[in-house]
Amino acid sequence: MTVERYTGAELLIKALAELNVENIFGYPGGSVLDIYDAIFNQSDVGHILVRHEQAATHMADGYTRATGKTGVVLATSGPGNTNCITGIATAYMDSIPMVVLAGQVASNLIGGDAFQETDIVGCSRPIVKHSFNCREMAELPNVIAKAFYLAETGRPGPVVVELPKDILIPDNTAEFVMEKDVRMRSYNPNIKGHSKQIKKAVEKISNAKRLVVYTGGGIVIANASEKLTALVERLNAPCTNTLMGLGGISGLHDNFIGMLGMHGSVEANKAMGRADVILALGARFDDRVTNKVEKFCPNAKIVHVDIDPTSISKTVSAHVPIVGLVDVVIDQLMAELDEIGHQPNQQQFSDWWQEINEWRKLNSFSYEKSDTVIKPQQVVESIYKHTNGDAYVCSDVGQHQMFAAQYYPFKKPRQWINSGGLGTMGFGFPAAMGVKVAFPDAHVVCVTGDGSIQMNIQELSTCLQYNLPVVIVSLNNRSLGMVRQWQDMIYGGRHSSSYMESLPDFVKLVEAYGHVGMQVNHPDELDGAIKEAFEIKNRLVFVDVLVDETEHVYPMQVRFGAVDEMWLKKGVKL
Amino acid sequence: MRRIISILLENEPGALSRIVGLFSQRAFNIESLCVAETDEPTISRITISTFGDDQVLEQITKQVNKLVDVIKVADLTERSHIEREIMLIKVLAMNDKSRTEVKRIADIFRGNIIDVGKQIYTIEITGDEDKISSFIKILNNETEIIEVVRSGTVGIARGDKALRI
Repeated sequence: MTVERYTGAELLIKALAELNVENIFGYPGGSVLDIYDAIFNQSDVGHILVRHEQAATHMADGYTRATGKTGVVLATSGPGNTNCITGIATAYMDSIPMVVLAGQVASNLIGGDAFQETDIVGCSRPIVKHSFNCREMAELPNVIAKAFYLAETGRPGPVVVELPKDILIPDNTAEFVMEKDVRMRSYNPNIKGHSKQIKKAVEKISNAKRLVVYTGGGIVIANASEKLTALVERLNAPCTNTLMGLGGISGLHDNFIGMLGMHGSVEANKAMGRADVILALGARFDDRVTNKVEKFCPNAKIVHVDIDPTSISKTVSAHVPIVGLVDVVIDQLMAELDEIGHQPNQQQFSDWWQEINEWRKLNSFSYEKSDTVIKPQQVVESIYKHTNGDAYVCSDVGQHQMFAAQYYPFKKPRQWINSGGLGTMGFGFPAAMGVKVAFPDAHVVCVTGDGSIQMNIQELSTCLQYNLPVVIVSLNNRSLGMVRQWQDMIYGGRHSSSYMESLPDFVKLVEAYGHVGMQVNHPDELDGAIKEAFEIKNRLVFVDVLVDETEHVYPMQVRFGAVDEMWLKKGVKL
Repeated sequence: MRRIISILLENEPGALSRIVGLFSQRAFNIESLCVAETDEPTISRITISTFGDDQVLEQITKQVNKLVDVIKVADLTERSHIEREIMLIKVLAMNDKSRTEVKRIADIFRGNIIDVGKQIYTIEITGDEDKISSFIKILNNETEIIEVVRSGTVGIARGDKALRI
């Protein structure tokens, strides 16, 4: 019997099929045409042709955030690769597994400034978990297996695989050999928390008077939501989520005290400021959470659980550092609570809850409606209503992102998809498309603004080609709202380059791409339009909502203040 | 505070650039960096001399450790260790007086004159950073320094302690 032999491009696609990759998001070009030929000749691995490589990375990213499965991007050498940079950085900052197959000119041309040559491994080095320069065609399947293993394990992240054209071309063939059980002597992420540290943590938690459980994207990534909820209920502790961690515990849960940070709820930030023990799970004390680090939670003992040791004591020193996978560590904490005979005690935090409930009464997300202008907050509330709170909400970056985070309680993890770390405008729409690829029957909405949507609007064409009927709701305030808000608050109202003075007619534009466009500008029409948008099942609908252009996002931390120093409204400090 | 970090890493193309990139990306200091293959050809050893407070050093070792190519990291300055640096230095030695004087200083520092030109001595000297710097300073008082090349510090722990896989 003869053993079958494959070209490098075929080995690559076969390796992806072995790893159950259903779709590649990509864009062809000279250096990767052999890969496209290999894709053409089989049916296991599909391909979605985007209109710009940045969108391919965001699509793969959205797909991954919704499913947990690693997204795959394919781009050609040179500009194809450099267009991926923003998307790779976005995934890196939010710890999203991604494998980027980066075409490269033939090995003998590398370094000679060949046509469409860039050093993509060099360009992407600071924003990848790891990268490979693949030079041996027979090694391709093993390199791919390693790339996936690295992308998915430990603290996940993007991995770039550079593929010079000469290892892909049909001139040479090799057998398909793939070692799926990857082991690397230099890479062994710590999964289990140190038992002594677990004991210390439980001692702190069980003696706390004012405990806050503060959780981030780590809970979502580790699928630890149920375990977190059980821990929070057992302790009867208040739980706050970061922007990345929303949905980690249900937004409707009694113990959930809202998002914390720059635009978090008063009760979440106040509770952090007053806490005597903070249990941080899969969160990294980002500057958008802490506000001025020196003033952050002066009274609190901090127990910090994270898979990445570098996240611990990076900005805020931890009293009890625990390196481990958060869902494993929660199990360990639960077991230790059993061990010391901890009984769920509703009284332990009763005074604490009384304090928190007083802050809750301030109702920090209240806003004034108008009879004549649509408030952006009410648009998000309407989306919530007409999707029963079950939609995948993908947002861009700016005011609308904060409004979506504040006014759409997420019942489940992976429902809320946004670029929290890098803050990438243009992320939301392609991310929503990626979600739709994975869940064609689910409500998938992109909440965006007139600024962000124009950063990847060309993907309307991709949606028509692949029938991806997402709903796009644009909170159109005719300006770059968040920039403008800062200019109002900090720069004396000088609106330097924050206007969009020549906006297109979005309805016509969307129609030109073959979709359904609507515009709403009166509060009375809002609910009807949003309802209709979600009733149209088989077509992409773009709702251009003209909202109050003067609205600011509140509450908001006072600049350079403590975590709980906040503006409640324009000119009103807490 | 000055620290010596030892790193074992995969001898792969681009591995060194990840280390150097990390230091510049995260605004860590590099005073000197020394790299070469070890007895095991798949592993390179890097010695980095850096400085920073305890918090910075903790981040440096953690961040270096996080790089996928890195196998082991140790802060040599945490315990008793030996540091060495080699320097080749070219100085003017124009007349008898200066030749004698340069030779005398070299002897005191246990340096070797390894090349002699019409007006030039080239000296090789090994030692820790402090010794090398003192040697430069003293030669500078005595004659004109033409060229200096320093290897950067390498280091190893004293006693049984070893950094290996």
